[in-house]
Amino acid sequence: MSSCILKIENITKSFAGFIANKNVNLEIFEGEIHTILGENGAGKSTLMNILTGLYRPDSGNIYINGTRVNIKSPKDALNYKIGMVHQHFMLVNNISVFENLLLSMKLDSFVINERKLKSKVKEILREFELDIDIEMPVWKLSIGQQQWVELIKLLIRDSKILILDEPTAVLTPQESEFLFTFLTKLKSQNKAIIFISHKMKEVMTLSDKVTILKKGETVKTLNRGEFDEQLLAELMISNKEHLKLEKSAKVFSKQILKIKNLNVKNDKGLSDLSDFSLELFEGEILGIAGITGNGQKALAEVLTGLKKPLSGQIIVNDQDITYSTSKSKYISGIAHIPEDRKTMGIAPDLSVDENLILKNYSSDKFTNFFFLNKEKIKQNAREQIEKYSIKMGYDGIPVRLLSGGNIQKVIIARELSENPLILVALYPTRGLDVGSAEYVHQVILDSREKGMSTILISEDLDELLKISDRIAVMFRGKNMGYLSPESATKTEIGLLMSGKK
Amino acid sequence: MISIIIDATIRAGTSILYATLGEIIIERSGIINLGIEGLMLIGALSGFYTTYTTGSLFLGVISAVLIAGIAGLIHGILCTYFKGNQIVSGLALTMFGIGITAVLGKKMVGQTIEGFKRIEIPFLSKIPVIGNSIFNQDILVYLSIVLVFVITFVLYKTVWGLNLRTVGENPYAADVAGINVTAYKLWATFIGSGLAGLGGAYLSLAYTPLWIENMSAGRGWIAVALVIFASWSCKRALFGAYFFGGISAIQLRLQAMGTTISAHILQMLPYIFTIVVLIIATIKLEKGYSSQPESLGLVYDREDRK
Repeated sequence: MSSCILKIENITKSFAGFIANKNVNLEIFEGEIHTILGENGAGKSTLMNILTGLYRPDSGNIYINGTRVNIKSPKDALNYKIGMVHQHFMLVNNISVFENLLLSMKLDSFVINERKLKSKVKEILREFELDIDIEMPVWKLSIGQQQWVELIKLLIRDSKILILDEPTAVLTPQESEFLFTFLTKLKSQNKAIIFISHKMKEVMTLSDKVTILKKGETVKTLNRGEFDEQLLAELMISNKEHLKLEKSAKVFSKQILKIKNLNVKNDKGLSDLSDFSLELFEGEILGIAGITGNGQKALAEVLTGLKKPLSGQIIVNDQDITYSTSKSKYISGIAHIPEDRKTMGIAPDLSVDENLILKNYSSDKFTNFFFLNKEKIKQNAREQIEKYSIKMGYDGIPVRLLSGGNIQKVIIARELSENPLILVALYPTRGLDVGSAEYVHQVILDSREKGMSTILISEDLDELLKISDRIAVMFRGKNMGYLSPESATKTEIGLLMSGKK
Repeated sequence: MISIIIDATIRAGTSILYATLGEIIIERSGIINLGIEGLMLIGALSGFYTTYTTGSLFLGVISAVLIAGIAGLIHGILCTYFKGNQIVSGLALTMFGIGITAVLGKKMVGQTIEGFKRIEIPFLSKIPVIGNSIFNQDILVYLSIVLVFVITFVLYKTVWGLNLRTVGENPYAADVAGINVTAYKLWATFIGSGLAGLGGAYLSLAYTPLWIENMSAGRGWIAVALVIFASWSCKRALFGAYFFGGISAIQLRLQAMGTTISAHILQMLPYIFTIVVLIIATIKLEKGYSSQPESLGLVYDREDRK
């Protein structure tokens, strides 16, 4: 019988009147992989940030190996051997991997003894059979490699409790497999692993135990064998209706968008898109699979006019709009759900009302001459809030204080308000809980019925397979080919994602 | 002639060099300090006053560093504990420095002290043309050059330097690595401000051993600009500072030779070059060749919900 290494008792934490954690209880044992499951805003990240010393709880106790501890700062957490791979990596981009790793090592001398430490780092890499060039600056690594650096940091510190916050969000299926094998190996070394994920399949394969959080409270802890996908989903989300998605069969004939040999370079002079071609039919949902950083962002930016291509053509309804501005692209019917909803999707300090008209504030609908018409803006907001059931604390609340799912709803409401022809959705469900993600899918499917086409760029293969009509795979700025979601397997897609045909 | 210009270049560049090194250290911690100009004046006056009353140049230097360091620490505290706006706080510090030194320095105007003497380094100073201009300077000039290498070493080869750079790049990463972010920011601000004060003291104790109201004459601003030009590297700051020193030296020489160009235009030269340099550096930044600390100018709040 392994011992309880970490016990959380009645933890409560609130932010400015909003309760993020309420009497949370949790027990973690050595040598187990314990999944924390919950919708966004269920309080998973808050709880983990309390464990790592970033937040101080309002009340409650934490015990490590049976002794009550007070984690006042990240430093304390490190002393208690708690380590975490954060969703936003805690890496310094401009310095080398080696220097990043140094931050996690106990250095007793003032002057850094490079040669000695480098061989020590290499030794650790060899021990865990990892292949990373430690001289590279971190920003040159792929997201997947950066995550490994984060993980290595924990190994160097010899953390006993490892927290991984949605680690597979940035990995290919094959890379995820490798990570899972690795985690299993760590488990056999008696480490406790706290795993946070939304992806049911991996939760099923990996977890020894699952604890479900809902609205900041612990619902239940289940042992392996006691849970299945259906049960977990039901426990986690309040609303069961959303679980089934209906999709009508359709035949696509009319080509609405054609991209021909598009070339785009980024700030650093590297190719983001090289001879990229794509076709999209009316009413179709075209899924685009690929590991983050293979040109997806550039594709969305070029389509929505945020970036100018070097060469190539974008044709919508026989009209060449390659070099149109973002405003005229919006007017010609291309809507955009951006990748980073908080920095690109909204004006964070403005209200929901104002955010809903960011793209058409100057239209006659909302103006009297050149003054904004507050009445009509309010009216519009009321309709949209009702239609998309956007939940907000109070009227006029800055939109940044909404939960991720509700912010996404505001963006979708705005983007779909002018009935666009094409929706370019870049990771629209990233970081959303199952309920909100289902909602986004539902909206996209509803718009499909009305004839809108969607380019759905995602890293979640389950999502792509579930709602796409066709799937294209991107690798190093190229379109690797189309697959049909009915016949394609994940392995097939995974291979294309890593450039193998 | 060349020898005289090199000599004048180094002497004119040294105070800017100190200030630039100071600002580099502060900005490496993620704090922008626009108070450099004010800190230089505070350093210049406190150095002069102390030397005037005690007769010791050494004590003058020490008091310049300490008093400017403490004044800068006010900015540091505002930017960390009180999460203030760094631009506003820095500008206030400059205005405070200009004002308070004008008031408190009234009695020192017109007083004289014995400034730093040149120290001739044997043999090296005998090198033709450059020898006497480079190796026959006062101790503060030598110290500034030594500091360039010391600070570079500390920043890149020591644990303290690595931690400081991490704090300036990504304070969240520093925090979860167990580094005391606030302490590093405060130490960097203290040391950097002290160096700016030393730059000021160089003016009043060595360059022209006098106290003149507003004697830094915009050198603090040039230093702030030079940090960007030098892309936060001490060695490049050395070249930058001497470049500006050179321009002031040449314009003074031209004036002395009685050219027909208006003296006002000549005096503008260093500032015009500041603008040119900033434009070039900004274009470089825009193109993404930036080595600017990523979190420069941002407030760090551990519990900030992203």
